[in-house]
Amino acid sequence: MNKVIITVVGKDTVGIIAKVCTYLADSHINILDISQTIVQEYFNMMMIVDANKSDKDISQIISDLDRIGGEIGVVIKCQREEIFDKMHRI
Amino acid sequence: MINIYEVNETNAMIERENLDVRTITMGISLLDCADSDLEKVKNNIYNKITSTAKDLVKTGQDIEKEFGIPIVNKRISITPISLIGQAACHTPEDYVEIAGALDRAAHEVGVNFIGGYSAIVSKGMTRNDELLIRSIPEALSKTERICSSVNVGSTKTGINMDAVRLLGDIIKDTAFKTKDNDSLGCAKFVALCNAPDDNPFMAGAFHGVSEADVIINVGVSGPGVVKYALQNLKNADFEVLCETIKKTAFKITRVGQLVAQEASKRLGVPFGIIDLSLAPTPAVGDSVAEILEEIGLERAGAPGTTAALALLNDQVKKGGVMASSYVGGLSGAFIPVSEDQGMIDAVKAGSLTIEKLEAMTCVCSVGLDMIAIPGDTKAETISGIIADEAAIGMVNQKTTAVRIIPAFGKKAGDVVEFGGLLGYAPVMPVNSFDCSTFVNRGGRIPAPIHSFKN
Repeated sequence: MNKVIITVVGKDTVGIIAKVCTYLADSHINILDISQTIVQEYFNMMMIVDANKSDKDISQIISDLDRIGGEIGVVIKCQREEIFDKMHRI
Repeated sequence: MINIYEVNETNAMIERENLDVRTITMGISLLDCADSDLEKVKNNIYNKITSTAKDLVKTGQDIEKEFGIPIVNKRISITPISLIGQAACHTPEDYVEIAGALDRAAHEVGVNFIGGYSAIVSKGMTRNDELLIRSIPEALSKTERICSSVNVGSTKTGINMDAVRLLGDIIKDTAFKTKDNDSLGCAKFVALCNAPDDNPFMAGAFHGVSEADVIINVGVSGPGVVKYALQNLKNADFEVLCETIKKTAFKITRVGQLVAQEASKRLGVPFGIIDLSLAPTPAVGDSVAEILEEIGLERAGAPGTTAALALLNDQVKKGGVMASSYVGGLSGAFIPVSEDQGMIDAVKAGSLTIEKLEAMTCVCSVGLDMIAIPGDTKAETISGIIADEAAIGMVNQKTTAVRIIPAFGKKAGDVVEFGGLLGYAPVMPVNSFDCSTFVNRGGRIPAPIHSFKN
């Protein structure tokens, strides 16, 4: 499975999750897990998604989400899951 | 499944603590490029490098983007050029022509350095080894991206003192020929003892003859991550300290292993080794000296520095070995002065001297690295410094090196500026007592008794 981790960090505002989820749905990317916290008014969300059925390649998804983040004033990072898996699992 | 805390920890390492992969280095054998015609050798070399490494930089950039981890350098190491030019080169100038072809190839594929303008003369020099060595000042002054190295000794062979003596003059001449750039040429040359065949780090990288045709080696980094991990351990004992360094090194190295495997898969080139090194940069917080301060020293160079560095180096290896399937290269903490803000500060504060740095090289990789010394330092004195480092390497069965810059026209206390990752360095005073009778004796120092293991 082509799992990707999306993180969103920035000033909390209305509609952050909606914007990201709309993009994911339009791109046929399935959300497997979401966690979200707010630390000192800063919005911090992590999603694990499956991009296997997406018609876009990962490079395109990274660029698109980066642009969407810019539009709503948050930083959206999108990374392949292996970097976290390798670092935190033996 | 991965949780939000683990994701945040990894991203904090990358964003705040300067975690990166320092280099993906493609080792390319040029043995099949040899010919008796110099033009053919140049063409063969250019064609092999530009075809083999054409996707290296792009692949590195793709991996960076997809995993969100910076890969600072994409580089190439090649078979020592003294071997490749053996039949075609009859003068030092012939070798300089090959250097030109290498530089053009480096520009074409977009790598920032190509290492292997080298000669392995640990026991003796062939005529061509000597021609290459004599061409180094000219080659480094006429090219931009070439790195050069000479292996002057090993535990098995002893130290080639004729080569050590010659290198004193070569380094001085390189400093003179690149004087308009603060003697920058010397920052791209290193004299080694026990040089490894698979080192991905410059300036000492070359692709040894024991290696496959093409290979991917990766150098990890991450002094900033270790420093941050130690920040909350001011009162912890050595057990906790060492465990923390080990676990951090494991995490850093796993990222390197992932990048190496991806690069190897995408390029269709076998994975060679991970070099487990703490490689600092001039960026604040990305410093080995600052780790030593976190361990409990007021400044690098204070009493206790060698012990702290030994501990650090050992724990990095213990954590890193478990994280990687193949470990090699230099593997240890680097202590370059100009590339480490904490080291620069320690020198300026009067805490760190060349003699203390020499002691530190006994317990870590690699040697006296990126140290600026007065421009009027005698060639014989530089040879003496190289001989001392080579002796440490030879006796302790480890790699040691000297990358020293006798900055033309500068005196102790001045500053030389190299720019970029090479940083800047205060000029350090050198012991001015004479060693010429010693280094001018000629011949070689025999291998130490403990090298006879058969």
